[in-house]
Amino acid sequence: MIPYLAKRLLTGLLTLLAASIIVFSVLEVLPGDPARIMLGMNASPEALAALRMEMGIDQPVLARYLDWVAGLATGDFGRSYTYSTPVIDLIAERVAVSLPLALLALALSTLIALPVGVYAASRRGTLSDTLTMGLAQVGVAIPNFWFAMLLVYVFAVGLRLVPAGGFPGWDQGILQGLAALLLPAVSLALPQAAILARVTRSAMLEVLGEDYIRTARAKGLPRRAVLWRHALRNALIPVLTIMGLQFAFLLAGTIIIENVFYLPGLGRLVFQAISQRDLIVVEGVVMLLVATVIAVNMLVDVCYAIADPRLRTAR
Amino acid sequence: MSLDPVFIAGPERHILRQALSNRSFLIGLAIVALVAAMAIVSFVWTPHDITRLQVSDRMQGLSLAYPFGTDHLGRDILSMIMIGARNSIAVAILAVGIGIGLGVPLGCWAAARGGWLDEAVMRVNDLVFAFPALLSAVMITAIFGPSAINAIIAIGIFNVPVFARVARAGALAIWPREYVLAARASGKGRFLITVEHILPNIASVLLVQGTIQFALGILAEAGLSYLGLGAQPPMPSWGRMLFDAQTRMVVAPHLALFPGLAIVVTVLGLNLLGDGLRDVLDPRVRRQR
Repeated sequence: MIPYLAKRLLTGLLTLLAASIIVFSVLEVLPGDPARIMLGMNASPEALAALRMEMGIDQPVLARYLDWVAGLATGDFGRSYTYSTPVIDLIAERVAVSLPLALLALALSTLIALPVGVYAASRRGTLSDTLTMGLAQVGVAIPNFWFAMLLVYVFAVGLRLVPAGGFPGWDQGILQGLAALLLPAVSLALPQAAILARVTRSAMLEVLGEDYIRTARAKGLPRRAVLWRHALRNALIPVLTIMGLQFAFLLAGTIIIENVFYLPGLGRLVFQAISQRDLIVVEGVVMLLVATVIAVNMLVDVCYAIADPRLRTAR
Repeated sequence: MSLDPVFIAGPERHILRQALSNRSFLIGLAIVALVAAMAIVSFVWTPHDITRLQVSDRMQGLSLAYPFGTDHLGRDILSMIMIGARNSIAVAILAVGIGIGLGVPLGCWAAARGGWLDEAVMRVNDLVFAFPALLSAVMITAIFGPSAINAIIAIGIFNVPVFARVARAGALAIWPREYVLAARASGKGRFLITVEHILPNIASVLLVQGTIQFALGILAEAGLSYLGLGAQPPMPSWGRMLFDAQTRMVVAPHLALFPGLAIVVTVLGLNLLGDGLRDVLDPRVRRQR
């Protein structure tokens, strides 16, 4: 187990390093001088030079890259060109919106998808199976931002149950915060739930054909107990994989939804930072997200290895 | 050709019969054909001319003259959706083309050579997968300038590792087969073997994956153009129409309804087609059902 973990950790770190080179070089070739953007067109050459020196962008590329990576490793993401605050503070502020949103969406999607998937699998081939899986097909096809617009129209504009957008901040009370995140989370969760329900159903179908399920039924266990306790537990591995991928997707994929609801999350931070050429913020957020994806994938692999010892020796 | 001659006549007729009795496949094919026909017809005819702005007719509801109503500039929404279909289809097809054009050769090359090259290609694949696709596409289009071309590139890049992985996995399964061994023994090079034996045998898997990526491409394009990063006005795009509709939804909800439905129906059609194709072409899945 230990060599497996070490190897997995090493590839993860190498991927992260390679990603940092890509992110840095892509954003490095961009046209536009951040110092000029900050000071405006009429800035004097002396002021520009001074600011460039202060920001460190007069240094050679390699030195700046090493400086940046060393900073990332120690949690110093640099200072935003436009907000003039440390990038790490900006990120922390936005993660406080994006992370609860992603978790809420993942929870909703799981709560919907698992029962639906198990139900459809247990009624395989019947009308209710066909109907639920047909609905899931439609769910996969719905763009989440369009669903979000419809939800806003019905629940915020029409019924006035929840706010249509914006975020009051957690200091205004947890309930207010959750109310603001409810519609965004539902709109993120629906397509994810549709995918997860399909995965759950097919994983369940595979397990339900196994001998131990027949044995459990034959020894007189009630159908429900067999379904939920025996079958679902064994079908969970593919389901967990997809959930891992979905969490990573949700954390980064909220960018459009945050724009629909005017939520101050990571996605909008990047979106605004790109348009203001605040590259150091973009670099920091992207690296954070890449690191999250790598970490989640690693965690899923480790869960696999714990569940199935054969995988530990496989590459 | 390259398929085993003993099996050639039977399965192909069999596949056609299977396809015509597969519900997913038929519904999917019908929807996709309808959307494609809509896009093609829009080149020669649309119910209204969308370049003529009729402000007196703005934000009209549903009527005989305007079956889906009009937008804030008085343009016919049905006509906009028909022309928007061109944009969605073009972006998604070209993005899939980039994925297949680069990914399949890479995957086949990795499978044919094996060893460190295979390892290197797969690690680069993992690297691309580590980037959140949507966010990166937003970054690429925002940085290199919003346009349909950049949207195609941004979506296409993330199709490359998908096809590379599928092609490699498929090719690895074909390489140990006897007929490949026979071809090698008779002195055929790896390139010829790949072209003559591997590619025809993985074509069906690639077709299924292509349909799925096509559907994802339509969704991604809609997302990008909703953010203003796809095709630029006056070229209509479904995502852009939704963006324009958002602030006017309170007075005219139908503005958001129809472009959204167009996306849902198209993606649904492609997904059904992909599911149907998989059932028909992949005997392993067929047996499970």
